[in-house]
Parts: sequence; C-alpha cells; structure tokens
Amino acid sequence: MSDLLYSAEEEALRAAVRDLLDDHCEVAGVIARADTAEPHDLALWRRLADGMALAGLLVPEDRGGQGASPREAAVVLEELGRAMAPVPFLTSAVVATEALLACEAGDLLAELAAGRRTGALAVPLHVGPGAAHPHARLSGGTLHGELTGVADATVADLLLVPADDGALYAVDADAVTVTPLTCLDPTRPLATLTLEGAPGERLGASGPAVRRALGTAAGLLASEQLGLASWSLEETVRYLKERRQFGRPVGGFQAVKHRLARLWLENVNLRAAARGAADALATGEDTDTAVAVAQAYASGAAVHAAEEALQLHGGIGMTWEHPAHLYLKRAKADSLAYGTAGAHREALAALADLPAP
Amino acid sequence: MTDADDLRRRTAALLAAHPPRTTGRREFLRARFDAGLAWVHFPDGLGGLGAPRTLQSVVDAGLAAAGAPDNDPRRIGIGLGMAAPTILRHGTEEQKRRFLRPLWTGEEVWCQLFSEPGAGSDLAALGTRALRQGDDWIVDGQKVWTSSAHLAHWAILLARTDPDAPKHQGITYFLCDMTDPGVEVRPLRQITGEAEFNEVFLTGVRIPDSRRLGAAGDGWRVARTTLENERVAIGGTRLPREGGMIGPVARTWRERPGLRTHDLHQRLLGLWVEAEVARLAAERLSQGLATGRPGPEGAAMKLGFARLNQEISGLEVELLGAEGLLYDDWTMRRPELVDFTGREAGYRYLRSKGNSIEGGTSEILLNIVAERVLGLPAEPRTDKDAAWKDLAR
Repeated sequence: MSDLLYSAEEEALRAAVRDLLDDHCEVAGVIARADTAEPHDLALWRRLADGMALAGLLVPEDRGGQGASPREAAVVLEELGRAMAPVPFLTSAVVATEALLACEAGDLLAELAAGRRTGALAVPLHVGPGAAHPHARLSGGTLHGELTGVADATVADLLLVPADDGALYAVDADAVTVTPLTCLDPTRPLATLTLEGAPGERLGASGPAVRRALGTAAGLLASEQLGLASWSLEETVRYLKERRQFGRPVGGFQAVKHRLARLWLENVNLRAAARGAADALATGEDTDTAVAVAQAYASGAAVHAAEEALQLHGGIGMTWEHPAHLYLKRAKADSLAYGTAGAHREALAALADLPAP
Repeated sequence: MTDADDLRRRTAALLAAHPPRTTGRREFLRARFDAGLAWVHFPDGLGGLGAPRTLQSVVDAGLAAAGAPDNDPRRIGIGLGMAAPTILRHGTEEQKRRFLRPLWTGEEVWCQLFSEPGAGSDLAALGTRALRQGDDWIVDGQKVWTSSAHLAHWAILLARTDPDAPKHQGITYFLCDMTDPGVEVRPLRQITGEAEFNEVFLTGVRIPDSRRLGAAGDGWRVARTTLENERVAIGGTRLPREGGMIGPVARTWRERPGLRTHDLHQRLLGLWVEAEVARLAAERLSQGLATGRPGPEGAAMKLGFARLNQEISGLEVELLGAEGLLYDDWTMRRPELVDFTGREAGYRYLRSKGNSIEGGTSEILLNIVAERVLGLPAEPRTDKDAAWKDLAR
C-alpha cells in the first residue's frame, strides 16, 4: 500500500517553501501584478528556482538537479497553490522537465535545473494524458504553425514543440512569436505560439514524452488543488470566527458550520487522493489509476472550496481587493487543466474495468 | 522494548507450548492472552506487553500461518472496540483483571446500554436512574438500540445518579450483569425486517458498587472514551480497493452488460471515484494512527462512508431494474453478526440508512468537526447548567 503521509524531510521542505513565500509572496502583490502585462513574479521564481534549487527538484543529481521524487514536488505545489505564487514551477520544473527526462535530454535538463532557462511544453493546458493535441508542421527542416493555449509560455525561453513527424523539438523562444491571451486565471496565463520557420533541435519521440509529462502534471496538479482548497477553508474559518452579524460570530450559525465541516471532509479526502497520486508517481505502481482518481476528485473539491470561500465571505468575497477571486479563478482553470474530472472518469472506465454500455 | 523479533519468538513459544491442533479453542485463547499476545499494546498482565500497536500484525500473521483459532472479533466488537479501552483507561486493577480476559477470549460477550427513547443525540439527558442502597446501586429505566443484548453477559451502562446536578455531571458509568433477573431484553424490529437491535428494560437491577467504572458523577467523561473509540471503530476500517459497498455494484456491472445504461455509467464512475478516495482517506487515517500521529479524521470518515453507502446502494437497486423491485426476505430474525454489504441490494439500501444515525448522527458529527476540529463557536446550550430534574422532557 502506498505511503499517504508526509515524511519528516517532506515536512521540512514544506516549512522552508512556506517561510520563503511568507516573506516574498504577499497576496496583495499577486493581485496587483495580475492586472498588468507581467503577471508572473520572476524575482520570486529566481528565489525558488535558484535560491532553493526547486527548478531542478525532479532532475537527477548527475544532471545538476536534486534527484527528488514527485512526492516532494507535490509538497512544493501544495505551498505554491496555497500562496497563489505566480511562478512557472508546474509548467517548467514539472511538465517541461518530465518531457525532457523522457527524451533523456541531459544538457537541457541541466540548464533548467540550474535555473538558467525556463521551459514550457507547447501543448494546450486543457489537454490530458493520452488525449489528442495539435502539432507544429515540419517543413524544410523548420517548424511552422500556430499552437495556442500554452501555459506560462510568456516567461519560457525554451519551448518544447511536438511536430507532425512524431518528434519533440527544442525551440528557442526568441525564434517564435508568443502572443499572450486574456485568461480566466490571470496568474497562470496562456499564450499562442506562432512558428514561421522556427529552427528546432530534435529531442526524441513526442508521444511518450508528452504522455509522461501530462500524466505527472495531472497527478501533481491535485496537490496544487489541495493547496488552494486548504487556503480557502482555513481563511474562511478564520474570517467567520471574527465576522459578526446578529450579535454573534457568523461561524457560529449551524447552517454555516455544517458547510465548513463538509468542506473540511472534502479537504481530508482531497489530501488522501493527492498523496496517493504523488506516491504512485514516485513508485511507479498503479500510477494511471491513482492519477485518474486524484484528478477525477480534486477538480470538484478545489472548485467547491473556492466557491464556498467566496459565498461564505459574503460581499467582501466579491471584491477585486479580496484574494478569494484569485483562488476561484485558479481552481476553475485547474479543473480544466490536464484533463477535466469527466475525462479522467472516462479513463477509469477502462482502468477499473467498468466499461460503458 | 519489545520488538518484532521478540514477538516472533514469543509467538513461536506459545505455539510450541499449546499446539493449535491438540489444544481446545478456549484454552488456546486463554494461553494467548496470558502470554501477552492478545493485544500487544495493552499492559503486561492484561493480555499485552506494552508494545507498539503496529506490531500486533506480526503476532496475528504468525498465528494465522500456524492455523491457530482467533477470538472471532466481529462477534465481540462492542467488547473489544468500546468496553475494553474504557475499562483499561478508567477501571480499577481488580476490574481490569476480572473483565478483560474473558472479554478478549469471547467467553463473555458485551453490549452497550447508552441510548434511551428520550436520549438519542442528546445522550447526556438520559433518565435511567441508579439509586445507592448500601453497597449496591438499584437501577430502573429503559435503554434502546442495544445490539447483542440477547447474547451478552455484561453491559456498559450509563445511569443518572444525581438528578440535582446539571445533566453532564450527574451520570455514573457501570458494568451491568445482563443475567440479573431485573433485565428484560425485547427484540426491536427494524426497516430491513430483522431485529438486529433490542430494547432493554431495567427494573430494580442490583449492581454492586465494585462494578462502578470511574467516580460517581464522572460517567460522562468515562463515556467519552467509549464514544471516541466507537467512531474510530465504525469509520477507521482499512479496506482493499472495492472492499466496501462499491464492490457488489462493480461486480454486477461487469457480469451483466445488459443492465448498463449511459446514465448509470456516469453515476457509477463518480461513486467509484468517491469510494476509492474515501478508502484512501481511511487508509491515510490508519497510517497516521499506526505511527502514533492520530488525526481528528475519525468522525469525518464515518460521515463520508454513511453518505457513500447510501448513494451506492441506492444506485445498485436502480441498476438491477426489475430485480430491484424485489426483496430477499422480510422474515423477522435476530442476526448474530451484521454485515452492511451482506445479503442483497434491497437490504443494503435499507440497512445503510442507519449508517448516518448510529454512532452519532451525521448532523451531530458535523457539529463535532465544526467545533472541535475547526474551532467554530459551540451550539447554544441552554440546558447545560440547569439541574437535570428541572429540564423540560
């Protein structure tokens, strides 16, 4: 049976990441930045990537990384989700890194691990593991076409592009036109990539690399969703102990208490599902099922937590000033990212031998 | 400190001295208790060795491999899960020595005399009276929802000993002899047709003061030990995938393609995911308990399983189509064992309705989570400080 708890080392990693985010990731700053053309906090990303060496968390030690497992990456994502930290950890240190690991692209891995470059996989954010996705056209030895919905592409300098010859190519971002899109979740913005004869370095077969990257992403996204849901619950409980109406704390009304208790139960379940997926990704046992279970559950649980946080905050939760909307936008976007809950349930029909009529 | 190797040696020694093939069941179980291998986390001399609870599996595996008899824990769940931890924590040395051994071996079955017709969720309002008479207490009242009462030799009993005190303060906890002539047990038939529970009428039942557990008036505090263990017992079971209520539905789905519809498929997949996640959460809770880091998740596990059992068994009745309109048997019986996933879909659907009522209703458990886990304000309790005898009933 999988280990669903946190090890002492994992708790130490969490504490270190949380300390850094407490000092350098104020939520008011995240809101202000989300209103600009540069929603990412690249100074914070440098502290995390370089200072704490998190960019290379999943990269083997002989490539200059930390040689850690998805269990540790999951703990980092919990904290980043909790703080709504606008950094490309998931897209670069998890997704692009996993694709490069599948291609055994050692030099590029070393560059990502060292924080010298930031990567992005040129597959739309909503695509889940095993689902069809667009490809660039390889013609005359260069890459052509338009790929849209690529997360964090505006801050990536290395783009990993699947092409119609079945290979994955490393493309320098300078050779591509990157056009930002206006997004539901402004803190993990999407962009359209336009390739007009962009040169690329062939890394290996794209099918297995994309599948591995998206599978790991889907499984570990549950930990980010856990972080969002935990913040939503804890902040709402804290506020409702203070906020008074009718002469008593709003958190004392039974209708409200029961909603929060149910939310807590969903959080407990979400944590178990997220740890199950992270552990399965680390051990390689039962991975597809554990990932699909986690994503089939996490999207609903995280969106519910964010929606309840907004409702139970009342009017203040509807304002731009209060951070509840950031969590709602991220939770809703996450529910589409790397496959919807419905797509993962459909995958389980085959994985759990529960065939459709 | 007792370690796994030491337990393996002790298990081998027990098997050598009392070969299961030639030893009677009762004799073997008594010898196992006396060797400290019954529940290794209990103290020396009381069936244990003061070892970590996690090491019990070492003993169990060794004994199972040798074909040794066990104490049929499902038949004596109330004794093992509720009476034993309470006696261990609050009992006198004499009480522990008298009761724990036959409780564990199953020679003496236990039941629980807590709920009353007028005291369900508000258990502390109970009105069964115990009056001191010399060295004895005389008990009069009525209890309800008592499983195993017709099989039990002993009961854990809550009774009101001080009606002038506020309701939580005037209760005393007793160990009641069910063979006393003043104890009358009547079956209580339930919606499934059978009578898994009983009503118990207590008329002039005489209990010696030596069978009081904890101080007079301190029964509520003692009872909390019992109730916390009950919820862990109900909610904290470790299961394999598809080990719970989802198992029979999934099997029917696989075996009978003709029953499948798109609507049922979507709902089945959704519930399968929820059942798997609830299983992982219970597994995570057990892992936390095993390493000595208990979480407050016990009550929540029961909440989750109650709702899921109800939804899954409801779906199963629907999946069965025409067969879902049938029921296996309405005959009134008094089952010795209760298996929520036993019998057929209609039974499972009806029996699971009790899951959100027994052992604390889901509404009370939500209050417990909100107040004790999340720290939200407690419900207003206007009767908390009034004398019990002055409360409206």
